[in-house]
Amino acid sequence: MRLLPRRDLVCRQAVELVTDYLEGALSRRARQLFEAHLAGCPHCTEYLAQMRETIRLAGRLEPEDLTPEQRDEFVELYRRWRSGQE
Amino acid sequence: MAADGELLLRLRSGDERAFVSLVERYQEQMLRLAASFVPSRAVAEEVVQDTWLALLRGLDAFEGRSSLRTWLFRILVNQARTTGTREHRSVPVADPEPAVDPARFDTSGSWADPPEHWIEAVEGRVEAGKLADRIRELMDELPARQREVVILRDVEEMSSEEVCSVLAISHGNQRVLLHRGRSRLRQLFEDEFGGVR
Repeated sequence: MRLLPRRDLVCRQAVELVTDYLEGALSRRARQLFEAHLAGCPHCTEYLAQMRETIRLAGRLEPEDLTPEQRDEFVELYRRWRSGQE
Repeated sequence: MAADGELLLRLRSGDERAFVSLVERYQEQMLRLAASFVPSRAVAEEVVQDTWLALLRGLDAFEGRSSLRTWLFRILVNQARTTGTREHRSVPVADPEPAVDPARFDTSGSWADPPEHWIEAVEGRVEAGKLADRIRELMDELPARQREVVILRDVEEMSSEEVCSVLAISHGNQRVLLHRGRSRLRQLFEDEFGGVR
């Protein structure tokens, strides 16, 4: 847990809390400070939205289909294993 | 898409299509993960192939105490670590690495150079197929240990517990690596797509 200031967060501190915030790992007090900061700071609100978008874009990557040659290779691997050669 | 549990049953009964489905599902991320431990793509491919064989050989002994996916990735990481020459310690948090370049804040800690807008630009400026390729390239720019966690958490969508188990790292380290990886990736997206107002 990082040390929190007694009073309001500044932007430089708020951006370091984003992951813990999204993970639900902030203490109640830290979450309140973070949310109070966001409410008055459009730049950090934008920053949080960008972190969410970053996660969303990563999650959009789907496995690419195997090529027919790759499929054949793996079927071959499987058959070699089945026949006890591997 | 068949669930992993069902594929496991079919695999145990000797269904080779179940094997191919499993390969199709995990091969790409396994390769990316392996590549972060070993010096070349060719070695990564060997590690992944060895992992598939280890999975087949271990099928009867697998007790299902973890998910099939966790088990598979754990075998992969073990194989890759054994093969890899790269130093891969599990204590990554020594150097502080700010989420955002400190030069972007003023002396009071407020934004001096606020985040450029880019969210709207992403879908509009790049066609879908190319966007996926570009995201993969940008992800490759992350430092290896951050990339490993981002791939498992955000691409594979594993839970933090699963990632800790696969990579054999603590929850604290997992969270630090995730934070740094995502923060860097956000910056890369801003560099790539930002500047349009």
